[in-house]
Amino acid sequence: MLGIMLKPLKRSLLLVPLLLLAGCNTIVMNPKGDIASQQADLIVLSTVLMLIIIVPVIFLTCFFAWKYRQANTQAEYDPEWDHSTKLELVIWGAPLLIIIVLGLVTWVSTHKLDPYRPLDRINASTPLPADHEPLVVQVVSLDWKWLFIYPEQGIATVNELVTPVNVPVRFKITSSTVMNSFYIPALAGQIYSMAGMETTLNAVINEKGSWEGFSANYSGAGFSHMRFKYNGVSQEEFDNWVARNKSYGKELDRAAYLELEKPTSKHPVERFATVENDLFHAIVNRCVVEGTVCMDTQMMADSMRNRTDLSADELAFLIEEAMCRIPTDDALPLITSSKKNGYDSVSN
Amino acid sequence: MTQYPIETSPIFGRLTLNAIPYYDPIIMGTLAVAMTGGLILLYLIHKNRLWGTLWNDWFTSIDHKKIGIMYMVLGLVMMMRGFADAIMMRAQQAMAFNGNEGFLPPHHYDQIFTAHGVIMIFFVAMPLITGLMNYLIPLQIGARDVAFPFLNNFSFWMTAMGAALIMASLFVGEFAMTGWLAYPPLSGALQSPYVGVDYYIWALQIAGVGTLLSGVNLIVTVIKMRAPGMTMMKMPIFTWTSLCANVLIVAAFPVLTAVLGMLTMDRYLGTNFFTNDLGGNSMMYVNLIWIWGHPEVYILILPLFGVFSEVVSTFSRKRLFGYSSMVYATVVITILSYLVWLHHFFTMGSGASVNAFFGITTMIISIPTGAKIFNWLFTMYKGKISFELPMMWTIAFMITFVIGGMTGVLLAVPPADFVLHNSLFLIAHFHNVIIGGVLFGLFAAINFWAPKAIGVKLDEFWGKVSFWFWVVGFYFAFMPLYVLGLMGVTRRMSQFEDPSLQIWFQIAALGAAMIAVGIAAMLMQFYVTFRDRAKLRDTTGDPWGGRTLEWATSSPPADYNFAFTPVVYDTDAWADMKKNGYKRPTDGFVDIHMPKNTAAGVVIASISAVIGFALVWHIWWLAAGGSVALVVAVIAHTFNYKRDFYIKANVVAETEAARTKLEQAHV
Repeated sequence: MLGIMLKPLKRSLLLVPLLLLAGCNTIVMNPKGDIASQQADLIVLSTVLMLIIIVPVIFLTCFFAWKYRQANTQAEYDPEWDHSTKLELVIWGAPLLIIIVLGLVTWVSTHKLDPYRPLDRINASTPLPADHEPLVVQVVSLDWKWLFIYPEQGIATVNELVTPVNVPVRFKITSSTVMNSFYIPALAGQIYSMAGMETTLNAVINEKGSWEGFSANYSGAGFSHMRFKYNGVSQEEFDNWVARNKSYGKELDRAAYLELEKPTSKHPVERFATVENDLFHAIVNRCVVEGTVCMDTQMMADSMRNRTDLSADELAFLIEEAMCRIPTDDALPLITSSKKNGYDSVSN
Repeated sequence: MTQYPIETSPIFGRLTLNAIPYYDPIIMGTLAVAMTGGLILLYLIHKNRLWGTLWNDWFTSIDHKKIGIMYMVLGLVMMMRGFADAIMMRAQQAMAFNGNEGFLPPHHYDQIFTAHGVIMIFFVAMPLITGLMNYLIPLQIGARDVAFPFLNNFSFWMTAMGAALIMASLFVGEFAMTGWLAYPPLSGALQSPYVGVDYYIWALQIAGVGTLLSGVNLIVTVIKMRAPGMTMMKMPIFTWTSLCANVLIVAAFPVLTAVLGMLTMDRYLGTNFFTNDLGGNSMMYVNLIWIWGHPEVYILILPLFGVFSEVVSTFSRKRLFGYSSMVYATVVITILSYLVWLHHFFTMGSGASVNAFFGITTMIISIPTGAKIFNWLFTMYKGKISFELPMMWTIAFMITFVIGGMTGVLLAVPPADFVLHNSLFLIAHFHNVIIGGVLFGLFAAINFWAPKAIGVKLDEFWGKVSFWFWVVGFYFAFMPLYVLGLMGVTRRMSQFEDPSLQIWFQIAALGAAMIAVGIAAMLMQFYVTFRDRAKLRDTTGDPWGGRTLEWATSSPPADYNFAFTPVVYDTDAWADMKKNGYKRPTDGFVDIHMPKNTAAGVVIASISAVIGFALVWHIWWLAAGGSVALVVAVIAHTFNYKRDFYIKANVVAETEAARTKLEQAHV
């Protein structure tokens, strides 16, 4: 038995370089961001773990099929042999062991590479302090293009994303209508963008260069061209890029957004020098159109209706206040408390 | 997005002459071919005076064997449609580079990949496995029919009518452009205002009734109608895996019905279950559809696990290794298949603990599945293996399926899934398990049980040609997709910008062409079998040295299956009977009580199809009228008291004597 098991093990070791070779031409196996690199390593590790079972099975299938062929009269034939407790133990035990190991790897890596988790390192050798402030980029998938808002810089772009190398980035992601998936294989794994909700992705790029980003979830007729260029640049280049963006002078206010939101395919790169305050919040809460009630306001009003400690008059007043989004002294604590479990909690 | 002027007239609803895509040469060409083919078929039926036979012996038949064969025919016919879609996609993706937009604009391409998925799962794989279970279960457990024979016929026709509605969408209107699971908000009234999604909904709802009822039927059949002596742990393994698959059907399909019902209300009545606004949440749809969708893949594969078990043990001329461990593995898979649905959307933003939980439950399924593979391996061990076609398919399955299983477990690791989700790696993975598992299993089954069902062994030469083209073609078609997935190429794209990808798509297209040859060879196999039917005739009823009860009957079995109900002492009941010198009884026959044919199934299902069509096109008067007719037809059916008859003892004696004569003539 041991002899049979050893031979394929050698073969599996031979397969490892093959795998790495395949990795050379493939961006998923050979990415430029720390998160994606760890994900690629995990693919290799899991594959090797599973090959410990898979290779012997494939080998044994061929071997048994050949050895016990009808024409081979030398081979033992025992038509009644149908049980062996020892073998059953191996049959159930070996995969179980592999899965225990793989399960542990899964549990740890899923938590470590959770897209919501703030980064704790730039790359394998450079840790990050816990209180670092990442660059925030708000991402909106539109039909069929990508809008990137840089709230700190006060600029926005369409179909072009630029971040500085070795600076942690936090993407806040939502969608205008249908579900898309925000994916830059060179940088990090993907996450869905969904209307009325906000998802988060933390990532960092470790190399200067230009890569492809796209939607990885089919979203309608213009889906094939819903792609953008992603550039990793130096901090200086980034600052210049921001300044250049500001010099173009176009403004992204609500009206401009509503125009931009209309379905287009193969949309060219666009740059906006300023972005209306709170635009992303309005997109997530589906209240870009003037006069519509924001989802978080509505939810808060709904949750207050269930309060029994207030009289009808007080309640009516508070709801009125909340819908107008004027935080009075009385209503303020209510707003903060409901925000905590309101729009900001898609993560769980 | 194409904008449609959607107007509703009181008489024709949304249906206008413009609904026929006369501007699309591909569809019109297909229509012309389909109509010519249909007319030739009708003419041949008419010329050979087959209408009576077709109606009396097949369409209205409630014999589980005939219904099983009709399911198989339906599945194989629909496979041609599904494959035509596949080869168009492969061709489009192989050529749409460097600004070349290919021959399929998004409007058409998006319908094709949606239709391909829907048809292959619901109208190819499902009818084929249901047909197989229908045909085999009663024979394997020594019963004369299923528990509810009329329901069986009705189930078949509901499935067939669902398929008909999908086919109608090709020529009248359009099909959904949403992907095979029609996620909202894309499938909602705002983003998909025209009839495509409505066709999807009503085709699946109508076929779903059939699937659910057939699931109930087969569960009751297995539980209540086993031959004396056949305890649960003496059931043939195929019956076991089928039982588990049907339990899954009964537990999972109502979820699909409910979720599609809610989507219907969103689209027709303006509710907001899954819309973006007014409190709707599309994540609910995604969860619900996968709570059905994941068990569905086990519904497809479990019966085939049974097939492989039967084939391996028969062609190794040996008992199945680890019968009880096989049964437990099946039951464990059945239960676990409900605990993994979230792995289809790790990327939707669940927390790490939730993702890790579902990733690990998914991996755990690979333990019983692995145990099964080992059990087949050790069934071959110390066997005497003859490589007939069913065994060849089984070996191809074992090698192919473990590769698919490995990539599946890889996708179950959430951080790995974040980079591979929705990529062509995923497409390669599930085709690897569905073609390598379900389809190879079905081909093994067709070659294995064809002599039983039609009394003729399938031609071996063309079977082998088909086998090699299919298997090699599969590897050529799908291995490049694994590579493309690792290159970061996502699914459902109709045009590409990076020219370095093209070579891989061209290899994949070559693979698809090889599979096309494999399919053609299979059709040739059927034709040659028909031509040489006298030579290939199976006179013994047991051409492979089978082990389970279906091989105790003649090929094809008499209407009543067994003249006397067999008594079972061992798992491999027929092998045991042969070993103990069983002699087929030749006299002492009694009258056999049998169910009688009825047209009710065809009628009720046809009315359902009309209602479905009316609802798709918003023809309200027809939908209302159809619903009334449906209720009337169902009530009328309850007044039909002529539901059974007796096959007289002398008829049984004659049938059995004829078999004896046939056997003696060929010994």
